[in-house]
Amino acid sequence: MNWIPQIFRRRKVYNDLSEEIRVHIEERTEQLVREGMGLEEAERAARVAFGNRTMLEERSREVWQWLTLESIVADLRFAVRQLRKSSGFAFIAVSTLALAIGANAVVFAVLNGLFLRPLNVPQGQSLYALQRGNDTYIIQSYPDYLDLRDRNRSFEGLAAYTISQAGIDTGKDPSHAWLFQVSGNYFDALGIRPYIGRLIHSSDEHGPNSAPYIVLSYAYWHSHFQDDRGAVGRTVRLNKHPFTILGVAPPEFRGTLLFFCPDFFAPMVNAEQIDGESFLNARGTRWVFEVLGHLKPGVTPAQATADLNSVGSYLEKNYPKDDGKSTFSLVRPGLHGDFFAPALRAFLAGLMLLAGLILLAACANLGSLFAARAADRGREVALRLALGSTRTRILRQLLTEALLISVAGGAAGLVASVLLLHRLSQWQPFPQFPMNFPVSPDVNVYLVAFLLALVSGFLFGIVPVRQVLKSNPYEIVKAGSSARIGRRLTVRDLLLVVQIAICAVLVTSSMVAVRGLARSLHNNFGFEPKDALLVDTDLAIAGYPPDKMPAMQKRMIEAMQAIPGVTSVGLVDIPPLHMGWSISYVFSDQATDLRPPNAIAQPIEYRISPEYLHAAKTELLSGRNINSHDDLNAPRVAIVNREFARTIFANRSQAIGEHFKMPDGTLMRVVGIVEDGKYTANLAEDPQPAMFLPILQFPANDTCLVVRSRRDPQQLVAAIRSTIRDLDSGLPAFIQTWNEEMNGALFASRMATVSLGVLGVMGAMLSITGIFGMAAYSVSKRLRELGIRIALGAQRKEVLQAALGRAIKLLTIGSAAGLLLGLLATRVLAFIVYQATPRDPLVLAGVVVAMALLGLLATWIPAQRALTVNPLILLRED
Amino acid sequence: MMILESLRRQSAHGYALVQHIQQRSNNLLQVEEGSLYPALQRLLKAKLVKAEWELSSTNRRVRTYQITSAGLRHLEQQISSFERMFQGITLVLNPEKATTS
Repeated sequence: MNWIPQIFRRRKVYNDLSEEIRVHIEERTEQLVREGMGLEEAERAARVAFGNRTMLEERSREVWQWLTLESIVADLRFAVRQLRKSSGFAFIAVSTLALAIGANAVVFAVLNGLFLRPLNVPQGQSLYALQRGNDTYIIQSYPDYLDLRDRNRSFEGLAAYTISQAGIDTGKDPSHAWLFQVSGNYFDALGIRPYIGRLIHSSDEHGPNSAPYIVLSYAYWHSHFQDDRGAVGRTVRLNKHPFTILGVAPPEFRGTLLFFCPDFFAPMVNAEQIDGESFLNARGTRWVFEVLGHLKPGVTPAQATADLNSVGSYLEKNYPKDDGKSTFSLVRPGLHGDFFAPALRAFLAGLMLLAGLILLAACANLGSLFAARAADRGREVALRLALGSTRTRILRQLLTEALLISVAGGAAGLVASVLLLHRLSQWQPFPQFPMNFPVSPDVNVYLVAFLLALVSGFLFGIVPVRQVLKSNPYEIVKAGSSARIGRRLTVRDLLLVVQIAICAVLVTSSMVAVRGLARSLHNNFGFEPKDALLVDTDLAIAGYPPDKMPAMQKRMIEAMQAIPGVTSVGLVDIPPLHMGWSISYVFSDQATDLRPPNAIAQPIEYRISPEYLHAAKTELLSGRNINSHDDLNAPRVAIVNREFARTIFANRSQAIGEHFKMPDGTLMRVVGIVEDGKYTANLAEDPQPAMFLPILQFPANDTCLVVRSRRDPQQLVAAIRSTIRDLDSGLPAFIQTWNEEMNGALFASRMATVSLGVLGVMGAMLSITGIFGMAAYSVSKRLRELGIRIALGAQRKEVLQAALGRAIKLLTIGSAAGLLLGLLATRVLAFIVYQATPRDPLVLAGVVVAMALLGLLATWIPAQRALTVNPLILLRED
Repeated sequence: MMILESLRRQSAHGYALVQHIQQRSNNLLQVEEGSLYPALQRLLKAKLVKAEWELSSTNRRVRTYQITSAGLRHLEQQISSFERMFQGITLVLNPEKATTS
């Protein structure tokens, strides 16, 4: 490439050229003088004969220029100078765009992290998880997993993992930890290499409880072992069983589940030691959280599905009792199949749309600012046109300015969003769960932000083009930039209306979300979270054998009741609205074929002590409560909720005394009916059947005490803690108020509300600047007219009407349109935010007031300016 | 092409080139004198001519252009292709004459 030295040689080339041309004209002049012309006349004639010297010289120079790079650089320099001159304008434009592009970058990064980007493992794009085709459950039983692993021909290797918790004792305090129980081939199938030490391999497994090894996650090693390389090889106690630390997983590998990052990994074959019970041989019990693997090269997902289905028909034929009809489909790993991915995806898509609208609004805003600027610079443009500049050149100049602003804004927005995203990816909203938000930005995010910046630069840069193209230099230079009013509707007005409408949509939907959230907090959950503490323990973690658990649970309840100020104490295995819940199949009492497809319902199952209903304030509608006589020697009984009674025993009043069957064939008698409630971690759920079983008949190691008291929670927590320590010093307990516990259930709607609120505020800010710009512009254009009006005796009201009438009218139209659209949009919102209904007078009034306030705020300064016009000074100026 | 042809006969500076072309064309080609310069720059960039500052016959420091060997080759190609084109045009416009010749 010889253009690099050329850049430096160029100065000389240009000088030579100018000199040459000068000599040329000189020579011609001399010749003409020799032919007898006067000197002056000769000089003139020589110049005429030569032609437009400047232009020719420029064109000669262009030969040497690398495309039009130089003129672009000149444009850029000029643009920078121009923007520096009006730094206020530049600041507003850049920050507007930074906000809009930042918002888009953040939303896109989340979308990218959760849906577009494959899991952070080698060759993540060929990684798929299995899902049962018939009931869209992704959970498998362990024997089924083994068959799938060994009989398929499409996967490099099928790995499995499941989430569980354990008490880990490293020699100091026993603490509670989350782990993945993994199949032996887990790390090898995913292609993970150890950070230090080694990982678990298939060769470690030799039947149940044969592999007492764990692999630490990098984060856990860092926080609990202080990066001590000597930790490898050490033995720790997991639920009182010795396990050896084999190694540490690499820092970038945070498990195969988005949102959740385990503290360590342990072999699934040791499930009995970790969970206290083992279903390794129970084909009918599905508990393996996810089965996933890399497709072999060249195998398409469709081929793999067909292959898995042939394994499915094998299972169906050989284990008709447990498996029933078995078809499979492939889903993206990491989001637990189709369980909550669709809702999340819909929400993020909605958010992306809103962010896009914000950007569009910002563009509309900047477009009108630029149009106003172009009009202000009409004289400059006209002058340049008159001096022979081409229109394309002027447009290029304007566009350069726009692009400069958009790139600066984009860069600022991106920096802000990267900071925010890094915070977000380290965020731990729930103290009891190790969370993992894999949303740190990557190349895709940068690329999208850059493209958005460019596109928006073109979008708003192009707004003034028509104006420039049709401008007539002679008129403008002659008449000055007079305000031409009277045109009914300009593009700029339309942009402003669109923008206000978008803002109103955002304000409406964020208000609907806030209202819905506020209302959902004062809802009937089927229990009363106020004034209640949850004491979450797991007796298996503390090493209690199943036969000792009931006695311990009884002692715990009694000990809590003895604490002063405690009014009632109840026990449940997993409280409602917890992040986890268990579902059981139930069958009619005549059923003999107890396979899942024949189930009459899938109620949520709770195991409770007799005192639970009272402590949770769950109302017993009819029948009796369970009591201490409902133990292993008595017939099995259950309390069901209204929804259960309605769906299974169509006639609710006769449900009491009716029977149904559990999956193992146990015949259950309904003894009581309680009110419906909210059970799963989603307040927007439809009424769900639920059943409450006596813990004495259905023992559970998960032990959650509901402690109701009006005492200050902090004091109470201390008292509870010391009570538990007295009972068993090796029992880890997690204590929080029931309201805190419910944060998990409210998390989705909170997030939705916060993000909508942020977008709403941004939309409002954009509208304010937009309306302000428009009003200020129209006032400054018409100052002279207003001055004359005031001089002629116009009243304040009339002046204001003349100055701002248009802005107010546009605001009204835009708000009305936006409100309507917003109400439509909130139908979508109702899926996420519980009780988000747009038909709420408070919301409607709120939106109207908010928009009016916006208008007032935005037009205040221009209005003041219009009112304080001094006609004398104004008219003197011209 | 005309510039290259002129330069092939004799190296010259800009003004002399203009004079030369105007004379040779019997003043049939009246162009702005200045339009020579962008053309010269293009040739210069394509390395078909080279330029040096010299003293002219009128004892003035002028920039004299010389055709390079690449320029000569280019000129020959141009002329031959131009001639072919010219011949083609003549054939279309004047078929009888063309067949006799």
